[in-house]
Amino acid sequence: MKQPNSVKDMGKNPGEPLAQINPLEQIPLPPPFDKLEDEPEFAQLSDAAREKYVVLDDTIAVNIEKPTTKEDEDKLVNGFLSGLEKLMSVDDNWTFLQPFEMSMEHCAKCHTCSDACPIYEESGENELYRPVYRSEIIRRIYFKYIKKASPALHGDIDLNWETVARLIELSYRCNLCRRCAQTCPIGADNALLSREIRKIASMEMGIVPKEIHDDGSVLQLKVGSSTGMTPMILKDNIEFIDEDTAERTGIPIETPFDVQGADILLIHNAGEIMAWPENPGAFATVFEAAGLSWTLSSDAIGYDGINYGVWYDDVQFARVAVRHASIAKKLGVKKIVLGECGHAHKALTVIADKILTGDLNIPRESSMVTLRDIIRSGVLKLDKSRNDFPVTLHDPCNLVRLMGIVSPQREIIDAVVPEGRFREMAPHGVENYCCGGGSGFAIMSGHNFQDWRHRMTGRRKFRQILEAFSDESMDPSHMKYLCAPCSNCKGQIRDIINYYDAFETAGIYYGGLVELIVNAMEDVQPGFIDWEWH
Amino acid sequence: MTTLVYVVAYLGMVFFLVACIARFMMWSKMPMHVRWELYPVAHEGGGKAAYGGSYLEESDWWTKKREVSLLGELKVMVPEILFLVALREHNKKLWIRSFPFHFGLYLVGGATALLIFGGLVAGYAPESIAAPVTKFIGLVMPILGGAGLILGILGAIGLFMRRRGRELRDYTAPADLFNLVFFIVAFGVALVTFAGFDRNFTLVGTFVTNLVTFNLAPIGEGAAGVLLTLSVVLLALLVAYIPTTHMSHFIGKYFAYHSIRWSDEPNLAGGKQEETIHELLSRPVTWSAPHINADGKKSWLDVTLEDQTK
Repeated sequence: MKQPNSVKDMGKNPGEPLAQINPLEQIPLPPPFDKLEDEPEFAQLSDAAREKYVVLDDTIAVNIEKPTTKEDEDKLVNGFLSGLEKLMSVDDNWTFLQPFEMSMEHCAKCHTCSDACPIYEESGENELYRPVYRSEIIRRIYFKYIKKASPALHGDIDLNWETVARLIELSYRCNLCRRCAQTCPIGADNALLSREIRKIASMEMGIVPKEIHDDGSVLQLKVGSSTGMTPMILKDNIEFIDEDTAERTGIPIETPFDVQGADILLIHNAGEIMAWPENPGAFATVFEAAGLSWTLSSDAIGYDGINYGVWYDDVQFARVAVRHASIAKKLGVKKIVLGECGHAHKALTVIADKILTGDLNIPRESSMVTLRDIIRSGVLKLDKSRNDFPVTLHDPCNLVRLMGIVSPQREIIDAVVPEGRFREMAPHGVENYCCGGGSGFAIMSGHNFQDWRHRMTGRRKFRQILEAFSDESMDPSHMKYLCAPCSNCKGQIRDIINYYDAFETAGIYYGGLVELIVNAMEDVQPGFIDWEWH
Repeated sequence: MTTLVYVVAYLGMVFFLVACIARFMMWSKMPMHVRWELYPVAHEGGGKAAYGGSYLEESDWWTKKREVSLLGELKVMVPEILFLVALREHNKKLWIRSFPFHFGLYLVGGATALLIFGGLVAGYAPESIAAPVTKFIGLVMPILGGAGLILGILGAIGLFMRRRGRELRDYTAPADLFNLVFFIVAFGVALVTFAGFDRNFTLVGTFVTNLVTFNLAPIGEGAAGVLLTLSVVLLALLVAYIPTTHMSHFIGKYFAYHSIRWSDEPNLAGGKQEETIHELLSRPVTWSAPHINADGKKSWLDVTLEDQTK
């Protein structure tokens, strides 16, 4: 394993990776994936990529081209310093000024957070991935080059283009799960500093991973969805989903669109509509069976709850959040209910809370709560025995650690899964581990980034999943259900199950929460969950 | 010289208070930020804090009265302040060093408060009241002050050694080591004074009484006087120094919890927060990336509402 010896290494040896993981030295996974030599190959970066882009470690997320002139080098350094100054400004960063300064001023560099970070741990405790490593660099740059303080007070660092470019790249080696912040004895938040570095890169320097900016928030704002789905395609897709769902359930369904004055505007992550159509179908089935007054919107953006700005850019974030609220206002709904998407939950419910005012301040509620209330009402006739298979629950960080929505999903599972079939992961609830796809990683796959995240960020979750089912047969015919009520988490979990071929070899299947409800509904034909890999 | 010692002591205390107040004001005057809470939030009522739940688990939560439990906060804050519970839970190796250091500071702080109280009583109360109080303080002080100094020194040495260790060395600035050495030296001199010359804290008690009654009398003779003078000067400088460094985290931590981690108060429609949010959204944006499309005059609201479909 190669790793930096010092924070100061960040600006040294350009073109050379600072850290490299030897897959054969990683902590083995639980059975039946416990032989390191049998794990899938870890794809290497191409020589062309190493030649063209700034190199930090085994992968590339941001694609920062190596500068070819002194002018370009200076542009990187000066742009970063300019952005850093703006992070300290009320005008430009009122959104996060206090949390940012708190973490800049008061981190004791005690390394308590390191043990909480699954990336650092699964890397074999590689120094590069220590949560403090990246934040110590921005702190030193800030104190030395902005505040002009003596390095004797806050530590020294040389500032050059390599340091800046690698630091930006390093900010995309953090899931922003904030598990580190949860353990900090002082209350510093090194995950936030990753996000603030991303903000400098995006909002000041225009440096962003294509998947979350050009193909993400920009596309969403332009055509209505990061999937590229326009309102017309949306309606076609939902019509197909309605038909398919009716065929599977035996219950005719027609998803309501643009119902003026409905009680609820349901906003899915559009990824559900494209990749997991059974999820919107299941929502429609449950909502109709419960007799709710609800609607989807066919207005651009109103049918895609994602808000990638939450990971990297406050302005992009605000643009999407305001658009969501405006559509709800136009429909005159009483509340917005967020579908199974963790970051959409946090974005619109919690973070946008300090942005939406007046008639845009429309109440937002989690679908976990709405579904829990439907279950409590007794309006659905449920047959738990239809879910007679081992079930475990993944807690999406955004929903749980960052919003405190912990019990509704468990109450639902309790109502639809037979006793003894559900088992918690360890740890779970607010101490959960990220799926590994957090902060945009689930949709990032340039170069070999997908392999890197399977090996580094998703490995702890996969380990947890295997441990949760450790008392079950791993025979592939013995199907086990991993419930992940979040679209991005599902994307990451799908990818890691694929990477290890865990569906074919161990019978590990995944899906959302609402599917479990529909699968248990007596009025629905048996077998809504079809146990087929899609 | 004697007067100078008193002046240093007064200045040290005044500077500490002023700097702490300034720090407190700095954090408290910061603008509203977006919500960035982290669960569990200790004041969540209805038993939710125990498992990390929030009011967002309630349907139509905006129509219901929030259950906020001050007792819940205290149940977390008091053990956290006294025993550094979070550190014990997440980093026992550090807690073994950090807890004695912090608890030593509390004991020394408590002893100082007791001395000041005793000084005020001795200086301003009738002898019939002052005598038993002074006697009580004389009994308690060696335990409180002595134990505090010893724990503080041991903890600081432990923290110093840890900072010099392989894992933390690269993350340690010279100032971090200086801070700990400062504690070790100031507490060490005070301990030598106490153990060698002032085991029942008579000398220091007299000095504090003089201090609070503004009686700038000589503070001892010979080696005892020199050591006491040195102790007073070092401790006064240390007290003044603390709030100028990141050791002021005892103030920052309050805001880290109350203004960030536990700050979950919703912005209800038509509520008092909306005016502040309007003001913040009207502030100019100067971010330079092309997609922001800011010119230094456009506000957050302007750049947010711009048409992005073209």
